Amino acid sequence: MYIYDEYDQRIVEDRAKQFRDQVRRYLAGEFSEAEFLPLRLQNGLYIQRYAPMLRIAVPYGVLSSERLRKLAHIARHYDKGFAHITTRQNIHFNWPNLEDVPDILEELASVQMHAIQTSGNCIRNTTTDQFAGIAADELIDPRPWCEIVRQWSTFHPEFAFLPRKFKIAINGAEEDRAAIGIHDIGLNAVRNDAGELGFQVLVGGGLGRTPMVGAEIRAFLPWQHLLTYLEAILRVYNRYGRRDNKFKARIKILVKALTPAVFGEKVEAEWQNLKDGSATLTEAELQRVAKYFVTPELESFAGDDAGYLDKRSSDQGFDNWAMRNVHPHRAPGYAAVTLSLKPTAISPGDISDKQLDAAADLADDYSLGEIRSTHYQNLVLPYVRQKDLYEVWQKCRQMGFATPNIGLLTDIICCPGGDYCSLANAKSIPIAESIQRQFDDLDYLHDIGELELNISGCMNACGHHHVGHIGILGVDKKGQEFYQVSLGGKSGRDAAIGQILGPSFAADQMPTVVQKLIDVYVQNRTPEERFIDTFERIGMAPYKERVYAANH
Amino acid sequence: MQQIIKGNQVVEDTWQLLPKDASIENLTNSGDIIVPLALWLEHAHALKARDGGLGVWLDADEEAESIIDDLQHFQVIALNFPVFSDGRNYSNARLLRDRYGYQGELRSIGDVLRDQLFFMHRCGFDAYALREDHDPHAALASLQDFSEVYQAATDQPLPLFRRR
Repeated sequence: MYIYDEYDQRIVEDRAKQFRDQVRRYLAGEFSEAEFLPLRLQNGLYIQRYAPMLRIAVPYGVLSSERLRKLAHIARHYDKGFAHITTRQNIHFNWPNLEDVPDILEELASVQMHAIQTSGNCIRNTTTDQFAGIAADELIDPRPWCEIVRQWSTFHPEFAFLPRKFKIAINGAEEDRAAIGIHDIGLNAVRNDAGELGFQVLVGGGLGRTPMVGAEIRAFLPWQHLLTYLEAILRVYNRYGRRDNKFKARIKILVKALTPAVFGEKVEAEWQNLKDGSATLTEAELQRVAKYFVTPELESFAGDDAGYLDKRSSDQGFDNWAMRNVHPHRAPGYAAVTLSLKPTAISPGDISDKQLDAAADLADDYSLGEIRSTHYQNLVLPYVRQKDLYEVWQKCRQMGFATPNIGLLTDIICCPGGDYCSLANAKSIPIAESIQRQFDDLDYLHDIGELELNISGCMNACGHHHVGHIGILGVDKKGQEFYQVSLGGKSGRDAAIGQILGPSFAADQMPTVVQKLIDVYVQNRTPEERFIDTFERIGMAPYKERVYAANH
Repeated sequence: MQQIIKGNQVVEDTWQLLPKDASIENLTNSGDIIVPLALWLEHAHALKARDGGLGVWLDADEEAESIIDDLQHFQVIALNFPVFSDGRNYSNARLLRDRYGYQGELRSIGDVLRDQLFFMHRCGFDAYALREDHDPHAALASLQDFSEVYQAATDQPLPLFRRR
């Protein structure tokens, strides 16, 4: 994990001080709500339906037991005992008082955390693969690059008032678990023929009102030039992105209007002026940052742990959990474990203060103190010995982390929706719950297999509904909440935007609608097909027919 | 007369800012004026011939490139922020300073609020005409909001990683 030095520490402390003064001036009536808005947003502070909401940055999802305990403390003392993991690996608190936020920022700074640029029209938290540094299919560890981008983007003076928010994701593995195709900039680590490291650069991906998959503007950018090239992209966007219409202000609209080729030419032209400047990365800086992400010393095991395998064959419940929530590890005898935050009837991604403390204990006792948040809104223990898994499972069961549903239909990605968010057109959490209840038979759920179901309460698509195999979008029809369903979305290397099934449904119809979609899949699948594969083979028509036939 | 921040001080402003639709008629020969870009592009010759000081101002949708051959004629370049959230002129400022070598006064005008000053300073501004309802004396403190920065910019040519 990256450890702040005196410089990093000073910057977050200065920020906490600055914001304390801004809040003081706001409360003293020295500026209007409109003027306070961008200041609080760049600190992740929203004024929501019932209370302010504070979004805390978890840079590229890396946490520690110490940080989790601090978050538990904040949940207890400043919130109603809950935190919420977001679809961009960050943490929300839904009930802090505005007056307390400067204190919260100070508490966060004491564990090297902050809320910088977690909202507003600026460069947001850079995200990556939750299995970074431990996945077997990794080309490079993306975390040092994320940290380098974090530092470059933090208080970048030229790009604090962009046309719209700006999200960067970095992937370093064969499979793309960082969903780089749906980010404003997606960076994909590649090696050229000479074996040198660089990045494939995608630009203009994003969800929201006009969902698009990013287009490649550079096949190979040598790593030394990463920051100057990012600077060139951002400068072109800052100067030429639309500012007349909020819904057309994301970089994807500019890239589409110009075409990716022409946009790429503009970036190249700008970059020629910046290339080889002082922001060119050095081997020394890369080494300085990378040393914080060196794999910790692990015990050496010859292979899989025999006791673990025995337990799996003798205990069905443990095997179900191991099948879904335990992930392969680069080191023999080790595994990564997902703590599911998706039990039925709990808002997806919600975690209590007690659970935060318990997760911190698990991290300390079994995972070298490290833990990660994922964009699927779960937590991951990255360094668990296989021989400890049975014990970890039992503790997870006690703490409500053991729902064996990772990657399955009930592991739903879901935004806070109309229950909390003032932007939402419709509630999303109750829909997630009703679907989880419909599919509460574990054997059946496992039989259905891998399926990504994503729910957003409005067009802003925080729940990533466009890239769900099944996507659900809340819409407002004359003051009533309805839900539009899409099929065939994907977020990985072959990212795709889902197609709309047809007219929308009332909330109480949703469990039945999803059931029918699953029925069509089960009846048509071949033995090796996942839901998405069958959909791609047989197309939309059979699903449409089944779902709408019943309405007559 | 408006007070502005120049360098790290509050001073009386001696310059007259002409509106966007200003015409060449009625301009006096003396006095320091900041003219809109359109007026400069149309009447450069006449404006250069005046005895008074000359500056030009660019709106957020106007580009630094339109004046880069004329920089030696301006004592002041002012960049307008129609609303504080329109960030285009941060890029214009950096281009004028870093790429085109402009050395004169670079002033922010329009919806200029104290919490933007730190960023403006980093992008090469050295004068700030705060919005009239804001106190420039109180705003001076915001130029010191941060004691360290990560990126190279106009005020600091080396990124932190080359200094730490």
